[in-house]
Amino acid sequence: MSNKDDRPDMKRREFIGKTVLAAGAASVAPGVLLTVAKAGGESRGVSSDVRYGLLIDTNKCADDCTACVDACNRENGIDLVERPKGQSDDDWNAQRPQWIRKVQLKDKQTGEITNLPMMCQHCEFPPCVDVCPTGASFKRADGIVMVDRHTCIGCRYCMMACPYKARSFIHQNVAQQLVNAPRGKGCVESCNLCVHRIDAGDMTTACQEACEKDGHQAIVFGDLKDPDSKLAKLLKTKSSRQIRADLELNTGVRYTNV
Amino acid sequence: MPRSTGIKRFAGMLMAGLFATLATSAQSDSVVTPGSKAAGMDTCVAPTAEMRRYHMEYLKHDRVETVRQGVRGLKNSLADCVDCHAAKDGNGGYLSINADGQFCDRCHNYMAVTLACFQCHRKTPADQDASSAKTSTGNQGHAFGLLLDRGESAALTAEERAQFQALVREE
Repeated sequence: MSNKDDRPDMKRREFIGKTVLAAGAASVAPGVLLTVAKAGGESRGVSSDVRYGLLIDTNKCADDCTACVDACNRENGIDLVERPKGQSDDDWNAQRPQWIRKVQLKDKQTGEITNLPMMCQHCEFPPCVDVCPTGASFKRADGIVMVDRHTCIGCRYCMMACPYKARSFIHQNVAQQLVNAPRGKGCVESCNLCVHRIDAGDMTTACQEACEKDGHQAIVFGDLKDPDSKLAKLLKTKSSRQIRADLELNTGVRYTNV
Repeated sequence: MPRSTGIKRFAGMLMAGLFATLATSAQSDSVVTPGSKAAGMDTCVAPTAEMRRYHMEYLKHDRVETVRQGVRGLKNSLADCVDCHAAKDGNGGYLSINADGQFCDRCHNYMAVTLACFQCHRKTPADQDASSAKTSTGNQGHAFGLLLDRGESAALTAEERAQFQALVREE
């Protein structure tokens, strides 16, 4: 091959440049490349390609229904926590673990009453994670905010930081636990979107299942990042709100008709 | 000097007797609970000697992956320990694995190691119905207890030794 002018063969230069770059990357940072490759092909464990969340239609949430709360208590062994002997009703109701609670809002002007189940909102920027001194409070890659009890020291700083009052502290020894929900004195806990179900490939939460079974269908669980999921489609068509959107936490749990 | 010889001989006999007692008592029982699922199995998830020394390391390593990365169904799982090693209470249920004299307690108590796992984790198999669990028939297969069965060689097998050395080298 001969060049008619003095210009060098740019294709050849490009080829050499790319080869050197690739060889350099492979020899200098094999660890980095490996990690990237693994993140793409990893099938086990959580991935940030998804973000789990809930959409709750408060119009469909019935006044006297506690199906979601009961289902949550059963699923996560919260009903196995016994009341300490001699504790007053007030103390027990204030201190018992609660992953979901029913909140009633009343418009003072019109008297309109709105019901909504309140749980951990699985923020994108969770204040509980920011303040945790040991790193026990953490956000999984798939957006679920939870507590690693192995490192939780029970300081309850996260309970102070949470704007949603979503976390509970276990004050006394617990005699019985479920395999899926370890629980013991001295740790903080909160809704984890039934993480054991998600890890098992089940795409329902206990609360959603119970709500659907009762015919209310107020709770929809799904992947916020998947445009084809029922949740994403509903969010696209309906006007929804984050509770305390002013805090800019980008919650994973959204509400309509609040 | 006949007198000192007598004392020596007496002391020697005493010591020999003591050692013999200790040795037989140590060798006579395996910690694997008779009648548990484990008693009917040939081996744990790793060779016996390895399990004795490293079970806590395995659990600690896998718990991080499970809690933080959502990786489930790993080889080393505390729930599986409980499933295999819990003893039945005779009424169709199970005894807590960390109860006095049970599988975890026997060794940890002996070694004065406080066991914190079961402050939070479930102490009995999730399947409460003991009659449906697989049971062992004979007294065979005690090979992965804390202590050795009578007649079992105290030395590691060649295979176990090789695995050990590999582990030590890794660290």
